[in-house]
Amino acid sequence: MTEFTYKNWRVERDSDAIVWLHLDKAGSATNVLSGDVLEELNTILDPFISEQPRGLIILSGKANGFIAGADINEFVPLKETADALALIQRGQKACDKIAALKCPTVALIHGFCLGGGMELALACRYRIADDDARTRLGLPEIKLGIHPGFGGTVRLPPLVGAPAAMDLMLTGRAIDARAAKKMGLIDYAVPTRHLKRAARGIVMNPPAPHRPKGWLALTNNSLVRPLLARTMRAKVAEKAPAAHYPAPYALIDLWQKHADDPVRMMQEEAASVARFVLGDTAHNLVRVFFLQERLKSLGKKELIAPRHVHVIGGGVMGGDIAIWCALQGMRVTVQDRKHETLAKVIKRAYALYKKRLKQPRLIQAALDRLIPDDKGAGVSHADVVIEAIFEDITAKQNLYRQVEPKLKPGALLATNTSSIPLEVLSEALANPSRLVGLHFFNPVAQMQLVEIVSSPITDPGVARQAAAFARHIDRLPLPVKSSPGFLVNRVLMPYLLEAVTMEWEGVPATAIDKAALDFGMPMGPIRLADTVGLDICLSVAEILSQRLNVDVPPRLRELVSAGRLGVKSGQGFYTYHGDKPQMPRLKPGYVPPSDVAERLILRFLNEAAACLREGVVADADLLDAGVIFGTGFAPFRGGPIHYVHESGVETQRKKLQALEEHYGKRFVADEEWAEL
Amino acid sequence: MANGTENAGKTVYIVDGSRTPQLKAKNKPGPFTAGDLAVAAGRPLLARQPFEPGDFDEVILGCVMPGPDEANIARVTALRLGCGKHVPAWTVQRNCASGMQALDCAAHDIAAGRASLVLAGGVESMSHAPVLLNTDMVGWLGEWSAARNFGAKLAALSKLRPAYFTPIIGLLRGLTDPVVGLSMGQTAENIAHRFNIGREQMDTFALESHRRLAKAQDEGLLNEIETLYDTRGNAYEHDDGLRRDGDLAKLAKLKPVFDRHFGNVTAANSAQITDGAALLILASEEAVDKYQLPVLGRIIDSQWAGLEPAQMGLGPAHAMAPIMRRRGLTIGDIDYWEINEAFAAQVLACLAAWNDDDYCRTELGLQGAMGMIDHARLNVDGSGVSLGHPVGASGARIVLHLLNVLKRTSTRRGMASLCIGGGQGGAMLVESGRE
Repeated sequence: MTEFTYKNWRVERDSDAIVWLHLDKAGSATNVLSGDVLEELNTILDPFISEQPRGLIILSGKANGFIAGADINEFVPLKETADALALIQRGQKACDKIAALKCPTVALIHGFCLGGGMELALACRYRIADDDARTRLGLPEIKLGIHPGFGGTVRLPPLVGAPAAMDLMLTGRAIDARAAKKMGLIDYAVPTRHLKRAARGIVMNPPAPHRPKGWLALTNNSLVRPLLARTMRAKVAEKAPAAHYPAPYALIDLWQKHADDPVRMMQEEAASVARFVLGDTAHNLVRVFFLQERLKSLGKKELIAPRHVHVIGGGVMGGDIAIWCALQGMRVTVQDRKHETLAKVIKRAYALYKKRLKQPRLIQAALDRLIPDDKGAGVSHADVVIEAIFEDITAKQNLYRQVEPKLKPGALLATNTSSIPLEVLSEALANPSRLVGLHFFNPVAQMQLVEIVSSPITDPGVARQAAAFARHIDRLPLPVKSSPGFLVNRVLMPYLLEAVTMEWEGVPATAIDKAALDFGMPMGPIRLADTVGLDICLSVAEILSQRLNVDVPPRLRELVSAGRLGVKSGQGFYTYHGDKPQMPRLKPGYVPPSDVAERLILRFLNEAAACLREGVVADADLLDAGVIFGTGFAPFRGGPIHYVHESGVETQRKKLQALEEHYGKRFVADEEWAEL
Repeated sequence: MANGTENAGKTVYIVDGSRTPQLKAKNKPGPFTAGDLAVAAGRPLLARQPFEPGDFDEVILGCVMPGPDEANIARVTALRLGCGKHVPAWTVQRNCASGMQALDCAAHDIAAGRASLVLAGGVESMSHAPVLLNTDMVGWLGEWSAARNFGAKLAALSKLRPAYFTPIIGLLRGLTDPVVGLSMGQTAENIAHRFNIGREQMDTFALESHRRLAKAQDEGLLNEIETLYDTRGNAYEHDDGLRRDGDLAKLAKLKPVFDRHFGNVTAANSAQITDGAALLILASEEAVDKYQLPVLGRIIDSQWAGLEPAQMGLGPAHAMAPIMRRRGLTIGDIDYWEINEAFAAQVLACLAAWNDDDYCRTELGLQGAMGMIDHARLNVDGSGVSLGHPVGASGARIVLHLLNVLKRTSTRRGMASLCIGGGQGGAMLVESGRE
C-alpha cells in the first residue's frame, strides 16, 4: 500500500491497485469544493488518465459527511460573468475528469452529500451510501437562486429519469439513503460496517451502471420533454413566481432544449449558472444563507445539555413545542390539567412523527419520549422548563411561584409569552434574573425562528443558554429585547392592520393579498390574520397600540365580536372549508388602487426601522434575519432593511412622505430613516 | 406442595406504584399493546420519582402473552421507559399471578441484598392475544416455501385443505386447562357445585363488585390510575368495564357461557377480558434512605400453593392459609383483603372453604375452620368482575390497591391473593408504612 498526502486530499493505493481518494479539507470541519480542493483534485486525477488503477473510490475524512457542496464564500465577491463562468467550469472540469476515467469509479457516501458534492458523486460510475438516518443527498442549489452547475443537470436526468431528477433539482430537497436507492440515485444503501467492503466489491466486480427502467427510460425523449416541461413549469409556478425566482424555469428550459446533447448542455449549464450567480435573487438568497449561519452561531450548544424538557400548557403552542422537542430526541413532559388537551397533543404528535419519521420503531420511540403529565411531576427533572399557558399575568406569576422551588439547580426557566413584558412576570420569582423568553412561532414544526427574549434584568448567561437550547432543537435563535411584540409580531402588526384598514375601505381582500404575494410574501396579510386568529391579532394590536404608533381598526373588533375569528371558527375575512379559504374572484376589469402594495410594505419597513432605532435587535442584519425566518418576508429581497438600501433609502422615504400626506400620521417616517 | 417465601432477609419496601385504567376487550385488538400499557403505567410513575430511570437495579414484569415483538416484555418496557441499556430486565410467567410473581421475585432479590431498587409489576393486553395457525397449516407452509419451482408449488397447493385455515384462538387456549381439559369457567362451576353456591348468590356478589367500583370512581379513590392516551386523540381515564345499570333481574336473564345449558357462571359474574398494566417500585432500606423515598408499605410474606387443577379457583384459600398459620394470625388480624375476582363463584367458594371445618382440616391441614372473612373488608373498591382481570397485571394491581386502601384507612395489615389457572394460588401479606 502506498500513500500520498496533499493539503486537502489523501491518496491511498491498496494491494489490489484500487485508489482510495480521501477528502479531508484542511482547516474546516466540513468538506466543501473550494478552489484549492478542486485544483488538487485535478492534479491528483491527471496521472490516472494514462496509468489505469483497478478502481477509484472517493470518500470523506470528515465525520459529519461526504461533501456539503461548492464553497459559497467564493460566490460572494464575484462581479464579472467571465469570473463566474471560470469558477463553474473549474468544477465541471474536475467532474468531467472523473467521468472520463476508464476504471470503475465509486463515491462512498456518509452524512450529507449535497450540491457540488452530489454532482461530484454523480460523475462517478457508482454511488454507495451509508443507510444511517444522517445520510442526506440532494441538490439544494435552487434554494440559493441558482441551479446545479457541475454537470448535475446533465448527468442526473439520464440516471434516474426526468421526473425524479427534475423534482430533486427543482425543490432542492434532500433525501435519505433508502429513498435514494429506490430512486436509483445510489447503487447501494448499506450499513456503516459494510461501506468499504461494498466499494471494493463493486470495483472488483463492476455491474452495469444504473439506468432508469420502463417508462422512466423514455422521460428524457425529445418528444416527451415538452409535455413534461409544461407540467413542471405549472408546478413550480405554484410555489415560485418566475418574476422573483427565474432559476427553476431556466433549469426546465435547459433540460427541455439540450437534453439530447450533453456537451452543449454542459456549456449551457455553466452559462446559465454564471448568469444567475451574479443576479439579485441569488445574491440575496446567498445573503439569507449567511444570515442563517449567523443565527446558528448565536447559540453555542456546549452551554447547555438539555435531556429533559418540561412544557407547562398543552395548548397549540405549548403542545407543539413539546412535540417538537421530543422529535429532536429529548425526554419531554407536557403538563396540562385537562386530559382532553393532552390527548390532542399526542394525536398531533403522532401525525407529525408519522410524517417525519416514517418507521414505526422511530415513531414509537418519539412518542415514548413525549410524556403527558397531568400532575406536573416532570418539573423537578427538567433541564429546561417552558411555560406556555394563556396570556394572563396573575396566572403566570402564580405558576412561577409554584414552579421555582421545584426546579433543578441551574434549570432554565423560559416563557413563551408573546405580549407580557418579562420584567413584569419575573417579579414573582425569588431569582428574577433567571426568567428568559423563548418565543416560538406557529406552526412550531415549520417556523425555524425562536426569539430569545431578555428583559433588563435577565441574566445574560441565561439568555445565552436559551439560545444554545434553540440550537439543540434545531431552531434559529434571535436575541431580542423585551419590548411590546418583540421583533416579529411588532413588524407584522402595522402591516396586517393596514391590510385590515384597506379591506374596510373597500379594497377586496383578494386584491390586498395578491399585492403582498406579488411583492414576494409567502402568504397575504388578510389570510395571515385569519390563520393567526383575529382574536389573537386584536389582542396583540391592542397591546401594541398602547405604546406604538398603531391604531386598531374598528373592522377587526367588529369581526371578533361577531365571532368571526378566522380559520379556527371557519370564518374571518374569508370563509374556510377546513383551512382552505374561499377567496372571491376579482371582478373582471377591476383595478385595485395603485398604492396597495406600497401601503402594506412601507408600514412594514417603517416599523422595522423603528425596531432598529430602539435596539430591539442588535443590528440590521439580525433584523433582516429575524424578519425573514419569522415572517417569511420575501427572502429574495434579502430582508426589509437590505431591501430599503437596495431600492434606495430616499426613494422609499419619499413614498412614505407621500403616503403620510394622503393617509396621516401612521405613515410618519421613523427617525431611524435618517440613519439608514 | 406449597412453598413459602417468608422474608428472612432485608426489609422490602414498596414506595410507589401506578396502573393504567383497565380497558375491556371489544372483540378486536384494543388501542394499546402490552408494551404500550406497561410504558404508559411506568412513565408517570418514574416522572415523579426523585431518582432517574437508569437508577433501577432491574426491571421484572409478569405477562402471560406478550406480543410477538416483545418476547421479553420487561426488557422492551425498560428500554422504552428510558432505563438505559445497563439495567437488566426479565419477564416472569405464572399465569394469572404473573404480576404478583414479579413482585415476589423483586422482593426476593431485595431481601437477599442482590438488588436495592426494582421496578416490578404486570401487564396484559388480552385483546391482543395471538391468533395462531394450526400445526397442519404450519407444516404445509414449510412445504410451500421449500417448493422451488412451479411444479413443486402446484403439488404443494394441491395438498392444502380448508381445515388448515382454522385458527387457534390463543386467548381461549390460554384460558383452558390442558391437563384436565376444562375451561377456567368450568372449574368455577366445579367449586360452586362443591360449596353449593347458587346463581343468585353469584349475581348478587357481581352486582356488589360493580357498586363498589362505581363508588370508588365517584369518590376518587382509585388514584393509582394514570390516564392513557392513544394516537387518535382519546384519553382513557377510568376502568371502562363498569356497569352502573345492572340489576338482579337483568343478570338473571343472561345465559351461562361455560356449561352451556345448566351452568351458573355467566359473563356478568365472571372477570372481564381486559387490557391493563400495573407497576410498582420496590426498594431496600438503603435505597429508601438514599433517595428519601416515601414508603407506601412493606412486603411481609408470600406463598405459592398447588391444588387440583379442576379446583383452581380455591387457590387463594390454599395460599393464604400457610401465611396465617406461620404468622399466627387470625382473620381479625387482617384489616383488608384483596382476593381477585376471577369468578364471583370462585371468591365465594374460597370464603366458604375457609369457613368449612372439614375443608380446613382435610385440605388445608388446619386444626379447624379459619372462619368467615367479612365481605365489608374484601375487595372494597371492586375487583375482577367489575374492573376486569388482565391476567398478567392483576397480581400487581391488587397489591398496589391494597396498600392504598390501608393508607387511606390508616390501617396496618392486608392480604392479597389470587387463583391461578392450572391449579395454583398465590398470596402476599403486606403492611402499610415504614415500620
